[in-house]
Amino acid sequence: MPQELSYLKQTASQTAGPYVHIGLAPNRAGFDIFKNNFGDVLTTPDTLGEQIILEGLVIDGTGSPMRDALVELWQANAAGKYNHPNDTQKKPVDPSFRGWGRSPCDFETGFYRFETIKPGAVLGRNGKMMAPHVSLWIVARGVNIGLQTRAYFADEEAANAADPVLNLIEQDKRRRTLIAPRSARAGVPVYRFDIVFQGENETVFFDV
Amino acid sequence: MMSELYQWDRTLQPPAFTPDYKTSILRSPRAPLLSLENTLSEVTGPVFSHNEIGELDNDLIRNYAHTGEPIGERIIVHGRVIDENGRAVPRTLIEFWQANAGGRYRHKKDTYLAPVDPNFGGCGRCLSDDNGYYFFRTIKPGPYPWRNYVNSWRPAHIHFSVFGSGFAQRLITQMYFEGDPLIRLCPIVKTIPDRDAVERLIAPLDLNASVPLDTLAYRFDIVLRGSRSTLFENRLEGN
Ligand SMILES: [Fe+3]
Repeated sequence: MPQELSYLKQTASQTAGPYVHIGLAPNRAGFDIFKNNFGDVLTTPDTLGEQIILEGLVIDGTGSPMRDALVELWQANAAGKYNHPNDTQKKPVDPSFRGWGRSPCDFETGFYRFETIKPGAVLGRNGKMMAPHVSLWIVARGVNIGLQTRAYFADEEAANAADPVLNLIEQDKRRRTLIAPRSARAGVPVYRFDIVFQGENETVFFDV
Repeated sequence: MMSELYQWDRTLQPPAFTPDYKTSILRSPRAPLLSLENTLSEVTGPVFSHNEIGELDNDLIRNYAHTGEPIGERIIVHGRVIDENGRAVPRTLIEFWQANAGGRYRHKKDTYLAPVDPNFGGCGRCLSDDNGYYFFRTIKPGPYPWRNYVNSWRPAHIHFSVFGSGFAQRLITQMYFEGDPLIRLCPIVKTIPDRDAVERLIAPLDLNASVPLDTLAYRFDIVLRGSRSTLFENRLEGN
Protein backbone atom coordinates (compact mmCIF):
# COMPACT_ATOMS: atom_id res chain seq x y z
CA MET A 1 0.00 0.00 0.00
CA PRO A 2 1.33 3.45 -0.87
CA GLN A 3 1.12 6.26 1.66
CA GLU A 4 -2.31 7.75 2.01
CA LEU A 5 -3.10 11.32 1.01
CA SER A 6 -4.67 13.21 3.86
CA TYR A 7 -6.95 15.65 2.04
CA LEU A 8 -10.39 16.17 3.50
CA LYS A 9 -13.40 15.56 1.28
CA GLN A 10 -15.32 18.63 0.14
CA THR A 11 -18.85 19.05 1.46
CA ALA A 12 -21.50 18.03 -1.07
CA SER A 13 -23.79 20.71 -2.47
CA GLN A 14 -27.56 20.51 -2.08
CA THR A 15 -30.27 22.57 -3.74
CA ALA A 16 -31.09 25.96 -2.23
CA GLY A 17 -34.74 24.88 -2.43
CA PRO A 18 -37.89 26.94 -2.95
CA TYR A 19 -37.40 29.06 0.17
CA VAL A 20 -33.88 30.37 -0.49
CA HIS A 21 -35.22 33.91 0.08
CA ILE A 22 -35.76 33.22 3.77
CA GLY A 23 -32.08 32.67 4.27
CA LEU A 24 -30.51 34.99 1.72
CA ALA A 25 -33.05 37.76 1.22
CA PRO A 26 -35.59 37.59 4.07
CA ASN A 27 -36.83 41.13 3.40
CA ARG A 28 -37.89 39.87 -0.04
CA ALA A 29 -39.66 36.85 1.51
CA GLY A 30 -42.04 39.24 3.20
CA PHE A 31 -40.61 39.66 6.68
CA ASP A 32 -38.24 41.92 8.45
CA ILE A 33 -35.59 40.27 10.58
CA PHE A 34 -32.12 41.73 9.93
CA LYS A 35 -31.27 45.41 10.29
CA ASN A 36 -28.79 45.15 7.45
CA ASN A 37 -29.95 43.32 4.31
CA PHE A 38 -27.67 42.35 1.45
CA GLY A 39 -29.15 43.44 -1.83
CA ASP A 40 -28.86 44.26 -5.50
CA VAL A 41 -27.57 47.84 -5.34
CA LEU A 42 -23.77 47.68 -5.40
CA THR A 43 -23.05 51.37 -5.72
CA THR A 44 -23.12 54.47 -3.56
CA PRO A 45 -23.00 58.05 -4.91
CA ASP A 46 -19.21 57.88 -4.33
CA THR A 47 -18.61 54.82 -6.50
CA LEU A 48 -16.30 55.50 -9.43
CA GLY A 49 -17.26 54.37 -12.91
CA GLU A 50 -20.18 54.29 -15.29
CA GLN A 51 -23.43 53.50 -13.46
CA ILE A 52 -25.32 50.70 -15.20
CA ILE A 53 -28.16 48.25 -14.69
CA LEU A 54 -27.66 44.58 -15.42
CA GLU A 55 -30.88 42.60 -15.55
CA GLY A 56 -32.50 39.57 -17.07
CA LEU A 57 -34.58 36.44 -16.69
CA VAL A 58 -33.52 32.98 -15.60
CA ILE A 59 -35.27 30.62 -18.02
CA ASP A 60 -36.07 26.92 -17.57
CA GLY A 61 -36.35 24.08 -20.08
CA THR A 62 -39.89 25.06 -21.09
CA GLY A 63 -38.83 28.63 -21.85
CA SER A 64 -40.53 29.99 -18.72
CA PRO A 65 -38.93 32.38 -16.22
CA MET A 66 -37.77 30.77 -12.96
CA ARG A 67 -39.34 33.25 -10.56
CA ASP A 68 -37.85 31.58 -7.48
CA ALA A 69 -34.18 31.66 -8.58
CA LEU A 70 -31.49 33.78 -6.92
CA VAL A 71 -28.51 35.34 -8.68
CA GLU A 72 -25.31 36.64 -7.12
CA LEU A 73 -22.85 38.90 -8.91
CA TRP A 74 -19.12 39.42 -8.32
CA GLN A 75 -17.06 41.95 -10.25
CA ALA A 76 -14.04 44.21 -10.31
CA ASN A 77 -14.26 47.98 -9.86
CA ALA A 78 -14.02 50.57 -12.64
CA ALA A 79 -10.24 50.27 -12.61
CA GLY A 80 -10.39 46.49 -13.08
CA LYS A 81 -9.40 45.65 -9.49
CA TYR A 82 -11.18 43.20 -7.20
CA ASN A 83 -11.77 44.34 -3.62
CA HIS A 84 -9.99 41.29 -2.19
CA PRO A 85 -6.44 40.62 -0.92
CA ASN A 86 -5.83 37.92 -3.58
CA ASP A 87 -5.93 40.61 -6.27
CA THR A 88 -2.30 41.76 -6.41
CA GLN A 89 -2.65 43.90 -9.55
CA LYS A 90 -1.20 47.37 -9.01
CA LYS A 91 -4.50 49.23 -9.31
CA PRO A 92 -6.55 51.24 -6.80
CA VAL A 93 -9.30 49.69 -4.67
CA ASP A 94 -12.49 51.77 -4.57
CA PRO A 95 -13.43 51.80 -0.87
CA SER A 96 -17.06 52.54 -1.77
CA PHE A 97 -17.38 49.41 -3.89
CA ARG A 98 -17.31 45.81 -2.62
CA GLY A 99 -18.29 44.44 -6.01
CA TRP A 100 -20.77 41.88 -4.77
CA GLY A 101 -24.55 41.77 -4.77
CA ARG A 102 -27.42 39.34 -4.71
CA SER A 103 -30.77 39.56 -6.43
CA PRO A 104 -33.66 37.17 -6.01
CA CYS A 105 -35.80 37.04 -9.13
CA ASP A 106 -38.99 39.04 -8.83
CA PHE A 107 -41.90 36.78 -7.85
CA GLU A 108 -44.13 38.49 -10.46
CA THR A 109 -41.91 39.41 -13.40
CA GLY A 110 -39.06 36.93 -12.93
CA PHE A 111 -36.38 39.60 -13.43
CA TYR A 112 -33.18 39.77 -11.43
CA ARG A 113 -31.60 43.21 -11.49
CA PHE A 114 -28.35 44.78 -10.32
CA GLU A 115 -27.50 48.45 -10.02
CA THR A 116 -23.75 48.54 -10.41
CA ILE A 117 -20.93 50.05 -12.43
CA LYS A 118 -19.26 48.74 -15.52
CA PRO A 119 -16.06 46.98 -14.41
CA GLY A 120 -12.63 47.62 -15.90
CA ALA A 121 -10.57 44.93 -17.59
CA VAL A 122 -8.74 42.46 -15.32
CA LEU A 123 -5.47 40.67 -16.00
CA GLY A 124 -6.11 37.04 -16.90
CA ARG A 125 -3.78 34.08 -17.07
CA ASN A 126 -0.47 34.17 -18.90
CA GLY A 127 -0.42 37.95 -19.05
CA LYS A 128 -3.51 38.23 -21.26
CA MET A 129 -6.11 40.85 -20.43
CA MET A 130 -9.70 39.72 -19.97
CA ALA A 131 -12.51 41.86 -21.38
CA PRO A 132 -14.68 43.60 -18.77
CA HIS A 133 -17.10 41.06 -17.30
CA VAL A 134 -19.02 40.13 -14.19
CA SER A 135 -19.24 36.64 -12.65
CA LEU A 136 -22.70 35.30 -11.90
CA TRP A 137 -23.76 32.42 -9.65
CA ILE A 138 -27.27 31.00 -9.92
CA VAL A 139 -29.11 28.85 -7.40
CA ALA A 140 -32.73 27.71 -7.25
CA ARG A 141 -35.05 24.87 -6.43
CA GLY A 142 -34.11 22.04 -8.79
CA VAL A 143 -30.51 23.24 -9.11
CA ASN A 144 -28.33 20.73 -7.26
CA ILE A 145 -25.13 22.73 -7.40
CA GLY A 146 -24.82 26.47 -8.06
CA LEU A 147 -24.15 27.37 -11.70
CA GLN A 148 -21.36 29.78 -12.64
CA THR A 149 -21.28 31.94 -15.71
CA ARG A 150 -20.00 35.36 -16.87
CA ALA A 151 -21.72 38.34 -18.47
CA TYR A 152 -19.68 40.39 -20.96
CA PHE A 153 -20.69 43.75 -22.44
CA ALA A 154 -21.77 44.04 -26.10
CA ASP A 155 -20.20 47.49 -26.56
CA GLU A 156 -16.72 46.09 -25.77
CA GLU A 157 -16.36 44.46 -29.17
CA ALA A 158 -12.58 44.68 -29.50
CA ALA A 159 -11.92 43.52 -25.93
CA ASN A 160 -14.44 40.69 -26.27
CA ALA A 161 -12.82 39.52 -29.51
CA ALA A 162 -9.50 39.18 -27.65
CA ASP A 163 -10.90 37.70 -24.44
CA PRO A 164 -9.14 34.41 -23.60
CA VAL A 165 -12.23 32.90 -21.98
CA LEU A 166 -14.70 33.79 -24.75
CA ASN A 167 -12.17 32.43 -27.22
CA LEU A 168 -12.32 29.01 -25.57
CA ILE A 169 -15.87 28.68 -26.85
CA GLU A 170 -15.81 27.18 -30.33
CA GLN A 171 -19.30 27.96 -31.57
CA ASP A 172 -20.06 31.62 -32.23
CA LYS A 173 -23.67 31.04 -31.24
CA ARG A 174 -22.66 29.70 -27.83
CA ARG A 175 -20.18 32.54 -27.29
CA ARG A 176 -22.94 35.08 -27.90
CA THR A 177 -24.92 33.71 -24.93
CA LEU A 178 -22.36 35.43 -22.66
CA ILE A 179 -22.63 38.88 -24.23
CA ALA A 180 -25.22 41.31 -22.86
CA PRO A 181 -26.72 43.79 -25.35
CA ARG A 182 -26.87 47.42 -24.25
CA SER A 183 -29.86 49.75 -24.30
CA ALA A 184 -30.90 52.70 -22.13
CA ARG A 185 -33.77 53.52 -19.81
CA ALA A 186 -34.26 57.03 -18.38
CA GLY A 187 -30.72 57.85 -19.43
CA VAL A 188 -29.17 54.88 -17.60
CA PRO A 189 -27.45 52.15 -19.61
CA VAL A 190 -29.20 48.81 -19.23
CA TYR A 191 -27.56 45.51 -20.12
CA ARG A 192 -29.88 42.57 -20.65
CA PHE A 193 -28.52 39.15 -19.73
CA ASP A 194 -30.91 36.20 -19.75
CA ILE A 195 -29.66 32.98 -18.23
CA VAL A 196 -31.08 30.11 -20.27
CA PHE A 197 -30.90 26.60 -18.83
CA GLN A 198 -31.78 24.51 -21.89
CA GLY A 199 -32.55 24.67 -25.57
CA GLU A 200 -31.20 26.53 -28.55
CA ASN A 201 -29.83 29.49 -26.63
CA GLU A 202 -28.55 27.60 -23.59
CA THR A 203 -26.12 29.81 -21.68
CA VAL A 204 -22.52 28.64 -21.41
CA PHE A 205 -21.93 27.63 -17.80
CA PHE A 206 -18.44 27.10 -16.42
CA ASP A 207 -16.75 24.43 -14.36
CA VAL A 208 -14.41 26.82 -12.56
CA MET B 1 0.04 35.34 -3.03
CA MET B 2 -2.61 33.70 -5.14
CA SER B 3 -3.32 30.05 -5.46
CA GLU B 4 -5.67 28.09 -7.62
CA LEU B 5 -8.53 26.09 -6.20
CA TYR B 6 -8.65 22.31 -6.42
CA GLN B 7 -11.34 21.26 -8.86
CA TRP B 8 -14.86 20.34 -7.82
CA ASP B 9 -14.88 16.65 -6.91
CA ARG B 10 -17.58 15.49 -9.30
CA THR B 11 -17.47 11.95 -7.86
CA LEU B 12 -19.23 13.25 -4.77
CA GLN B 13 -20.98 16.42 -5.94
CA PRO B 14 -24.51 15.95 -7.29
CA PRO B 15 -24.86 16.16 -11.08
CA ALA B 16 -27.32 18.74 -12.42
CA PHE B 17 -29.68 16.21 -14.01
CA THR B 18 -31.19 13.89 -11.38
CA PRO B 19 -34.60 12.70 -12.66
CA ASP B 20 -35.75 11.26 -9.30
CA TYR B 21 -35.68 14.85 -8.05
CA LYS B 22 -38.16 15.92 -10.68
CA THR B 23 -37.60 19.68 -10.58
CA SER B 24 -34.02 19.16 -11.76
CA ILE B 25 -35.19 17.82 -15.13
CA LEU B 26 -36.11 21.23 -16.57
CA ARG B 27 -33.57 23.11 -14.48
CA SER B 28 -30.34 21.39 -15.50
CA PRO B 29 -28.09 22.53 -18.35
CA ARG B 30 -27.81 20.02 -21.21
CA ALA B 31 -24.48 21.13 -22.66
CA PRO B 32 -21.31 20.16 -20.79
CA LEU B 33 -19.89 22.81 -18.46
CA LEU B 34 -16.91 24.61 -19.96
CA SER B 35 -13.84 23.87 -17.87
CA LEU B 36 -11.98 27.04 -16.98
CA GLU B 37 -8.66 27.47 -15.25
CA ASN B 38 -8.91 29.90 -12.33
CA THR B 39 -8.33 33.59 -12.92
CA LEU B 40 -8.58 36.49 -10.50
CA SER B 41 -12.34 36.43 -11.08
CA GLU B 42 -12.60 33.03 -9.39
CA VAL B 43 -10.00 33.25 -6.61
CA THR B 44 -11.32 36.54 -5.25
CA GLY B 45 -14.68 37.03 -3.58
CA PRO B 46 -16.62 39.33 -1.29
CA VAL B 47 -15.29 40.15 2.18
CA PHE B 48 -17.75 40.77 5.01
CA SER B 49 -17.23 42.45 8.35
CA HIS B 50 -18.64 42.03 11.85
CA ASN B 51 -20.41 45.38 11.82
CA GLU B 52 -22.69 44.10 9.02
CA ILE B 53 -24.08 41.38 11.30
CA GLY B 54 -26.55 42.12 14.10
CA GLU B 55 -26.06 40.91 17.66
CA LEU B 56 -28.98 38.45 17.52
CA ASP B 57 -28.46 37.33 13.92
CA ASN B 58 -27.07 33.98 15.10
CA ASP B 59 -29.80 33.35 17.69
CA LEU B 60 -32.94 32.05 15.99
CA ILE B 61 -34.58 31.54 19.37
CA ARG B 62 -34.54 35.29 19.96
CA ASN B 63 -34.14 37.06 16.62
CA TYR B 64 -37.85 36.91 15.78
CA ALA B 65 -39.37 36.50 19.26
CA HIS B 66 -42.38 38.79 19.62
CA THR B 67 -44.67 37.43 22.31
CA GLY B 68 -42.42 34.72 23.78
CA GLU B 69 -39.98 32.04 22.70
CA PRO B 70 -40.59 29.74 19.71
CA ILE B 71 -42.02 26.25 20.23
CA GLY B 72 -39.73 23.24 19.84
CA GLU B 73 -36.47 21.58 20.84
CA ARG B 74 -33.77 24.11 21.67
CA ILE B 75 -30.49 23.25 19.94
CA ILE B 76 -27.04 24.67 19.29
CA VAL B 77 -25.44 23.98 15.91
CA HIS B 78 -21.70 24.50 15.77
CA GLY B 79 -18.63 23.47 13.81
CA ARG B 80 -15.82 24.70 11.62
CA VAL B 81 -15.50 25.85 8.04
CA ILE B 82 -12.26 24.41 6.71
CA ASP B 83 -10.86 23.54 3.30
CA GLU B 84 -9.68 20.28 1.76
CA ASN B 85 -6.21 20.92 3.18
CA GLY B 86 -7.69 21.16 6.66
CA ARG B 87 -6.97 24.90 6.84
CA ALA B 88 -9.44 27.16 8.64
CA VAL B 89 -11.63 29.43 6.51
CA PRO B 90 -11.68 32.50 8.76
CA ARG B 91 -14.19 35.38 8.85
CA THR B 92 -16.40 33.91 6.17
CA LEU B 93 -20.13 34.62 6.00
CA ILE B 94 -22.35 31.66 6.92
CA GLU B 95 -26.11 31.97 6.45
CA PHE B 96 -28.72 29.41 7.48
CA TRP B 97 -32.47 28.99 7.13
CA GLN B 98 -34.99 26.36 8.10
CA ALA B 99 -38.60 25.39 8.82
CA ASN B 100 -40.03 25.70 12.33
CA ALA B 101 -40.60 22.79 14.74
CA GLY B 102 -43.73 21.77 12.82
CA GLY B 103 -41.99 21.74 9.43
CA ARG B 104 -43.45 25.05 8.18
CA TYR B 105 -41.47 27.89 6.61
CA ARG B 106 -42.27 31.54 7.12
CA HIS B 107 -42.67 32.08 3.37
CA LYS B 108 -45.63 33.14 1.29
CA LYS B 109 -45.23 30.11 -0.95
CA ASP B 110 -45.27 27.53 1.86
CA THR B 111 -48.86 26.30 2.29
CA TYR B 112 -48.21 23.22 4.47
CA LEU B 113 -50.94 22.88 7.11
CA ALA B 114 -48.55 23.00 10.08
CA PRO B 115 -48.87 26.40 11.80
CA VAL B 116 -46.48 29.31 11.41
CA ASP B 117 -44.81 30.03 14.76
CA PRO B 118 -45.33 33.73 15.61
CA ASN B 119 -41.98 33.79 17.39
CA PHE B 120 -39.83 32.04 14.83
CA GLY B 121 -38.42 33.65 11.69
CA GLY B 122 -36.23 30.76 10.59
CA CYS B 123 -33.06 32.46 9.40
CA GLY B 124 -29.76 33.60 10.80
CA ARG B 125 -26.15 34.31 9.92
CA CYS B 126 -22.70 34.73 11.41
CA LEU B 127 -19.05 35.05 10.49
CA SER B 128 -16.62 32.24 11.26
CA ASP B 129 -13.86 33.25 13.69
CA ASP B 130 -10.12 33.22 13.01
CA ASN B 131 -10.09 29.42 13.34
CA GLY B 132 -13.08 28.92 11.05
CA TYR B 133 -15.33 28.18 14.02
CA TYR B 134 -19.01 29.17 14.03
CA PHE B 135 -22.07 28.52 16.18
CA PHE B 136 -25.72 29.48 16.36
CA ARG B 137 -28.77 28.65 18.45
CA THR B 138 -32.10 27.58 17.05
CA ILE B 139 -35.12 25.26 17.27
CA LYS B 140 -34.83 21.80 15.75
CA PRO B 141 -36.76 21.95 12.46
CA GLY B 142 -39.53 19.44 11.69
CA PRO B 143 -39.74 17.26 8.56
CA TYR B 144 -42.21 18.37 5.91
CA PRO B 145 -43.98 16.90 2.86
CA TRP B 146 -43.26 18.13 -0.65
CA ARG B 147 -44.57 17.43 -4.11
CA ASN B 148 -42.11 15.11 -5.79
CA TYR B 149 -43.70 11.74 -5.47
CA VAL B 150 -47.14 11.76 -3.84
CA ASN B 151 -45.70 10.79 -0.47
CA SER B 152 -42.28 12.49 -0.45
CA TRP B 153 -41.03 13.99 2.84
CA ARG B 154 -37.96 16.05 3.54
CA PRO B 155 -35.93 14.88 6.53
CA ALA B 156 -35.42 17.58 9.17
CA HIS B 157 -32.73 19.86 7.78
CA ILE B 158 -31.08 23.26 7.96
CA HIS B 159 -29.99 25.01 4.76
CA PHE B 160 -26.47 26.50 4.79
CA SER B 161 -24.86 29.08 2.52
CA VAL B 162 -21.08 29.61 2.73
CA PHE B 163 -18.71 31.88 0.80
CA GLY B 164 -15.06 30.93 1.39
CA SER B 165 -12.46 33.31 0.06
CA GLY B 166 -12.90 32.91 -3.74
CA PHE B 167 -16.22 33.26 -5.55
CA ALA B 168 -15.74 29.80 -7.09
CA GLN B 169 -15.88 28.27 -3.59
CA ARG B 170 -19.47 29.49 -3.17
CA LEU B 171 -21.54 26.66 -1.69
CA ILE B 172 -25.07 25.93 -0.61
CA THR B 173 -25.82 22.70 1.21
CA GLN B 174 -28.12 21.16 3.81
CA MET B 175 -27.41 19.70 7.23
CA TYR B 176 -29.35 16.68 8.45
CA PHE B 177 -29.75 15.21 11.95
CA GLU B 178 -28.30 11.93 13.20
CA GLY B 179 -30.86 9.14 13.44
CA ASP B 180 -33.51 10.57 11.07
CA PRO B 181 -35.08 7.66 9.10
CA LEU B 182 -36.24 10.04 6.33
CA ILE B 183 -32.68 10.81 5.19
CA ARG B 184 -32.18 7.63 3.20
CA LEU B 185 -35.59 8.00 1.50
CA CYS B 186 -35.16 11.58 0.29
CA PRO B 187 -34.79 12.18 -3.49
CA ILE B 188 -32.88 15.41 -2.80
CA VAL B 189 -30.40 13.65 -0.52
CA LYS B 190 -30.07 10.94 -3.16
CA THR B 191 -28.89 13.42 -5.80
CA ILE B 192 -25.49 12.97 -4.10
CA PRO B 193 -23.79 10.02 -5.81
CA ASP B 194 -21.48 9.10 -2.92
CA ARG B 195 -22.72 7.41 0.24
CA ASP B 196 -19.96 8.81 2.45
CA ALA B 197 -20.61 12.32 1.15
CA VAL B 198 -24.20 11.95 2.36
CA GLU B 199 -22.98 10.76 5.78
CA ARG B 200 -20.87 13.90 6.04
CA LEU B 201 -24.03 16.03 5.80
CA ILE B 202 -25.47 14.32 8.89
CA ALA B 203 -24.67 16.18 12.11
CA PRO B 204 -24.11 13.98 15.16
CA LEU B 205 -25.49 14.85 18.56
CA ASP B 206 -22.68 16.56 20.49
CA LEU B 207 -23.57 16.19 24.15
CA ASN B 208 -20.33 17.85 25.27
CA ALA B 209 -21.31 21.07 23.53
CA SER B 210 -24.83 21.12 24.93
CA VAL B 211 -25.94 23.35 27.81
CA PRO B 212 -27.08 21.06 30.67
CA LEU B 213 -30.77 21.41 31.57
CA ASP B 214 -31.19 23.84 28.66
CA THR B 215 -30.09 23.10 25.08
CA LEU B 216 -28.79 20.11 23.07
CA ALA B 217 -26.03 20.53 20.50
CA TYR B 218 -25.20 19.15 17.04
CA ARG B 219 -21.84 19.39 15.30
CA PHE B 220 -21.54 20.24 11.61
CA ASP B 221 -18.21 20.87 9.86
CA ILE B 222 -18.16 22.25 6.31
CA VAL B 223 -15.27 21.54 3.92
CA LEU B 224 -14.75 23.96 1.02
CA ARG B 225 -12.50 23.46 -2.00
CA GLY B 226 -8.84 23.74 -1.04
CA SER B 227 -6.16 25.63 -2.91
CA ARG B 228 -2.75 24.50 -4.04
CA SER B 229 0.40 25.99 -2.63
CA THR B 230 2.61 27.65 -5.18
CA LEU B 231 5.42 25.16 -5.61
CA PHE B 232 6.54 26.59 -8.92
CA GLU B 233 6.05 29.75 -10.92
CA ASN B 234 2.56 31.05 -10.35
CA ARG B 235 1.21 31.44 -13.87
CA LEU B 236 -2.08 32.81 -12.60
CA GLU B 237 -0.45 36.23 -12.26
CA GLY B 238 0.82 36.24 -15.83
CA ASN B 239 4.29 35.90 -17.27
FE1 LIG C 1 -35.97 23.10 3.19
